[in-house]
Amino acid sequence: MPKTMFEKIWEAHEVRENLLYIDLHLVHEVTSPQAFEGLRMTGRKLRRPDKTVATADHNVPTDGTPTAAMIKDALSRKQVETLEKNAADFGVPVYSLGSETQGIVHVIGPELGLTQPGMTIVCGDSHTSTHGAFGALAFGIGTSEVEHVMATQTLLQNLPRTMRINYSGTLAEGVTSKDLILATIGKLGTSGMTGYVVEYAGEAIEALTMEQRMTVCNMTIEGGGKAGMIAPDETTFEYMRGKAGVPENFDDAVERWRQLPTDEGATFDTEVEIDASRISPMVTWGTTPGMVIQVTDTVPDPEQMDSPADREAAIRALQYMGLDAGTPMEEIRPERVFIGSCTNSRISDLREAAGAIKGRKVADSVRAMVVPGSALVKAQAEDEGLDRIFSEAGFEWRGAGCSMCLGMNPDTLFDGERCASTSNRNFEGRQGKGGRTHLVSPTMATAAAIEGHFVDIRNWS
Amino acid sequence: MEAINVIEGEIAVLDRSDVDTDQIIPKQFLKRVERTGYGEFLFYDWVRDGEIVLEPHPILVSGRNFGSGSSREHAVWALHQFGFKAVIAPSFSDIFYSNSTKNGFLPVELSEDVCQALVEAGEAKIDLENQMVSWAGGEASFEIEAEIKRRLIGGLDDIALTLMDEEEIEAFESGPGGTYGPVTTSL
Repeated sequence: MPKTMFEKIWEAHEVRENLLYIDLHLVHEVTSPQAFEGLRMTGRKLRRPDKTVATADHNVPTDGTPTAAMIKDALSRKQVETLEKNAADFGVPVYSLGSETQGIVHVIGPELGLTQPGMTIVCGDSHTSTHGAFGALAFGIGTSEVEHVMATQTLLQNLPRTMRINYSGTLAEGVTSKDLILATIGKLGTSGMTGYVVEYAGEAIEALTMEQRMTVCNMTIEGGGKAGMIAPDETTFEYMRGKAGVPENFDDAVERWRQLPTDEGATFDTEVEIDASRISPMVTWGTTPGMVIQVTDTVPDPEQMDSPADREAAIRALQYMGLDAGTPMEEIRPERVFIGSCTNSRISDLREAAGAIKGRKVADSVRAMVVPGSALVKAQAEDEGLDRIFSEAGFEWRGAGCSMCLGMNPDTLFDGERCASTSNRNFEGRQGKGGRTHLVSPTMATAAAIEGHFVDIRNWS
Repeated sequence: MEAINVIEGEIAVLDRSDVDTDQIIPKQFLKRVERTGYGEFLFYDWVRDGEIVLEPHPILVSGRNFGSGSSREHAVWALHQFGFKAVIAPSFSDIFYSNSTKNGFLPVELSEDVCQALVEAGEAKIDLENQMVSWAGGEASFEIEAEIKRRLIGGLDDIALTLMDEEEIEAFESGPGGTYGPVTTSL
């Protein structure tokens, strides 16, 4: 009987019904301390340190602070130091501040070759869906589940539903995988994928690079999806080849991974068709990722919305965002620009952003920063001279971390500041209390930094 | 985990949809390394700005897609430690729903119409065993997965239950299933 890729991975990991074996557990400082403490209180051991890896990312300053002990914020310092101690006590490898492989947990997994096709991967972080870009089943969990995985290397799970989104056609010049996923969430809504494992498929997906695919899978959770997946192919294998953690017999592994893609004739609970050639550069206007429109559109009018819940939410969102219905998106003027986060901080994101600068300068009205996703990405970018391109244009070049995506570290927006951000959430206060976030692609963020307002990247010379 | 079965009493209302976990417990309170002490910071910005006033009644009713966004279990801890024992909404995010059930905090999914009736009634009784919510003038049944219900009513410890089957895990690990993926300690 034909099977979906999800079904193949699920069945290969069932210890028994509803108990799933976990191949890789990624750990960071914010959602793990209570889980480690739980192990201590019950006298349990961490079952498989060799399938676990930890890094510090959410709390770390991006100003070059070299060690956890040097973090100025006392609570952040304690949390990162607690991670280091917990990792040492339980035998877990940890890439903390100062490590040459430290970085955002969803950036370092793939770059170290830890993320591989056919695996089950979990982390106490909702953007774990990122790793599905390699044909893995990867999803975010809470701290109780983190403790469960630590103690048992398994997770209690009910069989989710499956969805496939088929993208026909190809993306137009200037339109990125960030626009593709924003447009998809705009179409399906913030809970349109709730309860589903989503497979992204079709011509437009196959044409994406691995890092572009990661951007798509990363934002699955913003549509409510449990996990996002893309079938592994030659693009996947070439990206992985030579990375530190990949199997020694790489070619044999590739032959196994070739069996993973969804079989012809396999069925999904839901199928969605999207014409990728019709997708435009997208910008969010509100306070959920589903409140998103084309950059050429105007801010929507709540009075035109059908459902009372949508109308009320839109009125609140416009008030929070300080926007009036009918304003062209291209007239909106961000004062801050953030290029970074687990969505868009990989080397190709930085290359695209730097490539769009072409000798121009950041507008006087804008403060812009670039935050590489990992210490390795930072080193690579500096080898290529990208840091100089950014610095000469007036962008701040920072150290690796989650930075202003969630403002748990010194990088935050001030009250009322408007930001063009390559991150994943435009929730109220996400980047700082009163901060106003517009989600965009790296090239759209770069253009906004230079022009001082949003522009249609397709017509930007 | 604290066992739960019948939850009864007044209803607090948060008439908003897409209430995300960043609102429930803002990021500055995630720096703690303990499981307790979150209740006083529930909906910190909305409360501090006077946008909402919430009483610690047993039941909270809110809009669709409650608990969306970040996987932070701190959101459930904050709601629970503030005093709520259950939250009723037309839909929940998957991770929030799961986190709730690991903490003896009951998420109940009911239609927009039923939620509206509950708001008007002001009080309700949730009977988990019989999967019924009743209020003055009406009642409605709700769905919950049988195993989750059993564990909530029994106040059972997931990890202890799974470790009773440790031999099955060992058997799995010694088979082909144990060979997937990298060895993190060898990098």
